[in-house]
Amino acid sequence: MDKPFAITLDVGSSLANKTGSWRTSRPVYVDRLPPCNHACPAGENIQSWLYHAEAGDYEAAWRVLTLDNPLPAIMGRVCYHPCETACNRGKLDESVGINSVERFLGDEALKLAWRFEPPVRDSGKRVLVVGAGPSGLAAAYHLRLLGHAVTIIEAGPLAGGMMRFGIPKYRLPRDVLDAEIQRILDLGIELQLNRKVSNILDTMHSGAFDAAFLAVGAHIAKRAYIPAGSTARMLDAISVLRGMEGEDKPLLGRRVVVYGGGNTALDVARTAKRLGASDAIIVYRRTREKMPAHDFEVEEALQEGVLIKWLSTIRNMADEGTLTVEKMRLDDQGFPQPTGEFETLETDSLVLALGQDVDLSLLDDVPDLVIEHGVVQVASNMMTGHAGIFAGGDMVPSERTVTVAVGHGKKAARHIDAWLRGGRYAPPPAHKLAAFESLNAWYYADAPKTTQPVLDLARRASTFDEVVRGLDESTALFEARRCLSCGNCFECDNCYGVCPDNAVIKLGPGKRFEFNYDYCKGCGICVAECPCGAIEMIPETI
Amino acid sequence: MLKQIEGSRAVAEAIARCRPEVICAYPITPQTHIVEGLGEMVKSGELANCEFINVESEFAALSVAIGASAAGARAYTATASQGLLFMAEAVYNAAGLGLPIVMTIGNRAIGAPINIWNDHSDSMSMRDAGWIQLYAATNQEALDLHIQAFRLAEELSCPVMVCMDGFILTHAYERVDVPAQDDVDAFLPSFEPRQVLDPAEPVSMGAMVGPEAFTEVRYLAHHKQLRALELIPKLSAAFQARFGRSSGSLVKPYRTEDAETIVVALGSVNGTIQEVVDEMRDAGVKIGSLAICSFRPFPLEQVRDALRHAKRVVVIEKCLAVGLGGIVSDGVRNALSGIVLRGYTVIAGLGGRAITRAALRQLFRDAGNDVLEQLTFLDLDEGLIQYELEREAQARRSGPTAEAILRRVGTVASQVA
Amino acid sequence: MEMQTVKFYQTGTFTVGNRLLAEDERSVQANMHRTNSLNSGHRACQGCGEALGARYAIDAAMRSTSGELIAVNATGCLEVFSTPYPETSWKIPWIHSLFGNAAAVASGVAAAMRVRGRSAVRVVAQGGDGGTTDIGFGCLSGMFERNDDVLYICYDNEAYMNTGVQRSSATPPAARTATTPALGREPGNVFGTGKNVPLIAMAHSIPYVATASVANLRDLERKVAKAMTISGARYVHIHVPCPLGWGSLPADTIKVARLAVESGLFPLFEAEHGEITGRTPIRRKVPVTDYLRLQKRFAHLFNVADEPRIARIQAIADRNIAKFGLLETPAHG
Repeated sequence: MDKPFAITLDVGSSLANKTGSWRTSRPVYVDRLPPCNHACPAGENIQSWLYHAEAGDYEAAWRVLTLDNPLPAIMGRVCYHPCETACNRGKLDESVGINSVERFLGDEALKLAWRFEPPVRDSGKRVLVVGAGPSGLAAAYHLRLLGHAVTIIEAGPLAGGMMRFGIPKYRLPRDVLDAEIQRILDLGIELQLNRKVSNILDTMHSGAFDAAFLAVGAHIAKRAYIPAGSTARMLDAISVLRGMEGEDKPLLGRRVVVYGGGNTALDVARTAKRLGASDAIIVYRRTREKMPAHDFEVEEALQEGVLIKWLSTIRNMADEGTLTVEKMRLDDQGFPQPTGEFETLETDSLVLALGQDVDLSLLDDVPDLVIEHGVVQVASNMMTGHAGIFAGGDMVPSERTVTVAVGHGKKAARHIDAWLRGGRYAPPPAHKLAAFESLNAWYYADAPKTTQPVLDLARRASTFDEVVRGLDESTALFEARRCLSCGNCFECDNCYGVCPDNAVIKLGPGKRFEFNYDYCKGCGICVAECPCGAIEMIPETI
Repeated sequence: MLKQIEGSRAVAEAIARCRPEVICAYPITPQTHIVEGLGEMVKSGELANCEFINVESEFAALSVAIGASAAGARAYTATASQGLLFMAEAVYNAAGLGLPIVMTIGNRAIGAPINIWNDHSDSMSMRDAGWIQLYAATNQEALDLHIQAFRLAEELSCPVMVCMDGFILTHAYERVDVPAQDDVDAFLPSFEPRQVLDPAEPVSMGAMVGPEAFTEVRYLAHHKQLRALELIPKLSAAFQARFGRSSGSLVKPYRTEDAETIVVALGSVNGTIQEVVDEMRDAGVKIGSLAICSFRPFPLEQVRDALRHAKRVVVIEKCLAVGLGGIVSDGVRNALSGIVLRGYTVIAGLGGRAITRAALRQLFRDAGNDVLEQLTFLDLDEGLIQYELEREAQARRSGPTAEAILRRVGTVASQVA
Repeated sequence: MEMQTVKFYQTGTFTVGNRLLAEDERSVQANMHRTNSLNSGHRACQGCGEALGARYAIDAAMRSTSGELIAVNATGCLEVFSTPYPETSWKIPWIHSLFGNAAAVASGVAAAMRVRGRSAVRVVAQGGDGGTTDIGFGCLSGMFERNDDVLYICYDNEAYMNTGVQRSSATPPAARTATTPALGREPGNVFGTGKNVPLIAMAHSIPYVATASVANLRDLERKVAKAMTISGARYVHIHVPCPLGWGSLPADTIKVARLAVESGLFPLFEAEHGEITGRTPIRRKVPVTDYLRLQKRFAHLFNVADEPRIARIQAIADRNIAKFGLLETPAHG
C-alpha cells in the first residue's frame, strides 16, 4: 500500500517505544511458603500435590506427595491435619479438606497398585532402623530411595508400631496399614520381626551398619497410684488397644471407666463401646477446653454415647468396682485443685490412659547420650550425642503423632544421607510465609468444603468399620480445587490479562510467565490482582 | 443523450454514471434535488450497487463518506451554505486524510441573516481546507465536472468540491448532454484507493502528527494541489477527446487576446459577463473575460498569462471578505505580482441579488474610464445604508439591521420570493 | 453466577484464565495467541483502564470475527496514546477521523463493506465518554436509528481526560474535575445532571445494548462476543477507571472498577431491542464509600465528612440495585 506520509502508519510500530523507561518500581514473581506446607509436621509439599490433584492427575499428585510421605492412605486417616488449621481458605469460608484429599490419593494408589520407583544406584552404605513404626518406616523409605541398604529391626510381631497397636481399626483399617507398609518394603528393605535390639552398638557392629536410626516408640504405659482392691480390674490403655490386634479381645465388661484426657483415652472409650459396653465413661481432671484430645474426636465419641466426667480425679477403686471420684476445680493458673467433694462410680473395669514412656534399654551402653524426661535428646539434624546414631518419633522430645513421626523419619534420613557422604544436609531456604493478607480473595469462587461422609451412628457404634469414609473422585477433585495456591503461581493468567501494556509474556502450560520490562510501566495492577500473592513490587534501581 | 432537465437532475445523472458506491444525503437548499434524484435512482434499482444513506446532519454526511472512502468505496455527498459550515471539521479532515470524496456545493449565502439564495460565501469559506474546488459556469459544465472530479480525486487521493450556483444552475431547466454509461466507464476507471482499511493489510489511518512532521504533511498537501494544476488540463483534454466538448480546465479566457479590460469571475455569472463582453466588443471596446474554473488549486500562472497584457482587471466576486473586500482578487493580485495595472474588486450577487447585464455594462464602462472605486459593491442601495447608519447612530437599542432594512424597502422575507 | 456456566474450577471464571478449563472455554485474554490488538509501546498512563478495556474489547471482537475487523476511533486519550506519529499500537485496520464523528465514519465503513461484498468484515467504533455522550452523540444516535451494522464501544472514564480532566455528561455527581472544582457550597459536579447513554441507546430499540467493566473480563468478553453475533447497531458501554483523572492508584484500576460494580454505582446489564434481558448480579455488596474513598476526586466528601451528599450517592447506588435487580439471583444460574 502506498501510504501517505505521517498520517497513515504501519501497524504495531509502537514496539519501538520502550515504555519500560517510565518505571520507578518493577513487579517480580515470587514464591511464598503456603501455610499448609509450613504447618505440616511431615514436611509435605501439600500445595504442590493439590496442584496436580486439581487437574485430576492423581498419580502425579500422589507421586509428589510421596516424595515426602510414603503413607498417604494412613496419613489421610489418622493425621490431625494442622495444615487445615493453618489453611488461608479458612478465613474465606472453610479450610480445604486437605486430609481427605490425601486419603483419596492414598486409596487411589492402593486401588490402582501404584508402586514407588526404586533407587537408580546403590550407595554401598548400610543403615539400621530400629522400630517399624511410622518414623522408622519413613526413615527406611527415604534412606532406601537415597540408595542406601536398609534393615529394619522390630521387636513386635508385626510392623506398624503405634499405628497398629495404638490406633483402633475403626480409624485405620488394617488392610490399608499392611498395604502401605508392604509397598515400602517392596523397595528392597529388609524387615526383621520379633527381634528386640538390646544393645544398639553391638547390633550395629555385628550387622556392619554405617549408621542407625532409632525409633522404638513409647510403649510403656504410665501408671498412677490408685489404691485398689485385689480383685479390682485395672488395665492400661496401650494393653487394651494392643489386645485388640490379637485373637482374644480384652474383656472390659458392660461398664468401663477410662482415666485420662488424651486421644488414647478416647480411642479406648470408643473401642469399649464397640466391644459391647453399655457405659463408657471418661474421667478427666480438667475441662473440655483443656483436654489434649482433638475436638473432632471428642465430638465423635460424644455422638457415639461416650460420657465424659470433667474436673474429676479417681481416688481409689474398691473390689466390687466402685470408684471414688473427687470433684476438682481449676485454680487461677488453670491447674486442677481438689475440692474435697466425692462421689462414686460403678464400673467393671478401669482403663488408665495416662500416657506412655520409652523403653531406652537398648541405649544403656552408648556413651555421650543425653537423656532428659525419659527421652533421648537429639540435635537439629536428629543425631544423638553419639555420632552415627540418630533418633526420632516418640523417643525424642516432640509431639507424639504419626505425622510428626513420619516427619522425623524423613528429616533424619536426609541428615543420615548427608552424614554418610561426609557432609551436612542444608534444607533449601524457606520462602516468606504466604499470609492471607497477601491474597486477592475476590478471585476465588465461593465453594464450601466437601464434608466427608460420616458413618451412620448406630452402625459405627457397634462395628469397627471406618467411621469416616473417603471422598469419591468428584468430591475429591472439588475439594482439591478449593486450594487457593497461596503464594505460588497457579497460572490463572490474571497478570497476563490485566496488564494494560501487554508486558506479561505467557510462557505456556506449566511454564508460568515472564515480565517484559521493555514495556512494563510499573503500574502494579498485576500485583494487586494476583489472586495468590505471587508477585511483588520492588523499587527500580538506576 | 440530450435532455431538457433541471441542473440538479443533470448532476444526479452524471453522478449515477460515475457508479458511486456510497451516497450520504442530508437535505439543504439548494442542493437537495441532487440527492433526491440519486435516492430515487438507488431505490428504483436504476443505480445498483450503491448505499444511499440518510444521515442526521451534514457533519455525519461527510463523516460517513470519510468512512466509506477510507474503506475503499467511491463516496459522494452534496451540501450548501450552513451545511458546509456544519461539516467544516470533516471537510478539513477528509482532505487531511487524503480521501477522494466528491462533493457538490449548491452555492448559497451564509447567515445570519439566513438566506437561501446564491453566492459563493459557503465554498469560499472552505477554500483552504485542502480540497480541490472546481466552479461550473453552466449546467453542462457542472455535469461534466463531476465526471472529471472523481477521476481527479482518485488519481490524486484528494477530495474535490464541484461548486455550482444555487438556483441559477441547480434549479434551472436547460438542455444538457448526458453522456452514455459506456463513455463514462471508459473515462473513469473503477476506484483503486491509495490506502484502504482492510483486515488483509491493516494500517492505522489518521495518526497524530506533531511539530516534527506537521509542516511536511502540510507541504505535501500543497504539493498535491500543484500536481492538480498539471492534471486538471490533461483531464479536461481527455474529456474533450472522449465527449467532444470542452469542460473544466483551470481557466477559460474569453476574448482576452487584445483586451485592455479583463473581467475575472467564477461560476455562472460568466455567462452574463460574456454576453456583455460581446456587446461591448461589438461597440469597439477592448474587453474580455476570464472564467476561473479551478479556484483550488489556484492557477497563478494561467491567470498571470491571461491578464498580463491588460490595462485593468475587474474581479467580480460573489463573496465578501468582510473587512477586506474580495477573496478572488487576492489570488489575482498574487498572480500579477510585479505587473503594473489597475485592479478593481466588485462584490456582486450576494444572497441571490441578480447581476444584470445593464449593471455590468455600466460597471465595465466605469472601469474602462477608471472611475470605479477599488472596492465596489454592485447595485448597493446607498440611501438605505445611509438611513440605517443614521438610525443606528441615534439609538443604542437600534434592533436588528436586517429586519430594519426589510421594513425600509417595504418587504418581508416571505414576500421576496 | 449468571456467567459461570462452567463447574467450579478453583477460581471459577473470575480470573482471566484457568488452566483447568478447556481452551475454548477460557477467556480471549488468557490465550497465548490473543491478538493484542492494542500493542505494547502505547503511551497511556500507568494503570490506564481505557487501554486495558480497549484491548479486552477489541481482542474479543477480533476472536468473534476471526480477525475480520475494522475499528474507527474518536479523538481522545485512546487515539492520542495509541497513534502518535511515527508509531501506532494498533495491529488492526484502524482509522481516526474526528472527535464527534466516530459512529458516522463507522457507518460509512460498514456501508463500504456491504457494497463491496465484504459483509464478513465487521466494524467497531470506539471513543471515550466525551466523544460518545457529548460531542459524538448526534452521530451516535443517527447510527443507532439507522440500525447501521456497527458495534459502538464507549470507554467511560467519566470526564474529558485527554484535555486535562474536564466534566462530561458522564461525570458522576460530586466528582471533582477541572471544570467542576471542589469549591463552593456544592463542591464537585452537581447532582441531578448527566445522561445515561446505555438507557438512551435502549430507547432507540437497537438490537443490543450492554454495560461492562474492566473488573469483569468474562462478562465483558461475553457481551462483546454476543454483540458480534448480531447485525445492526449495537452499543457496549465499558467502565474504565482513569488513575490520573480520578486520583486513584494505578495499581487499583481494576479494584476501583470492581467496587463501582459491587456498590451498585455502575450496574452491569444488557438489553435487546429496548428490553433489559440480563443483569450481572452484585457478588459482594459494598457501601459506596468503599469505592469513593479510593479516589481523590471524591476526597472533599470525606475531608469534612459530607454525610448528606455521601447518602445521596448511596441512594443512587441503591436505586440502581433496585431498578436492575442487582442483588437478585438469576433464575438460570
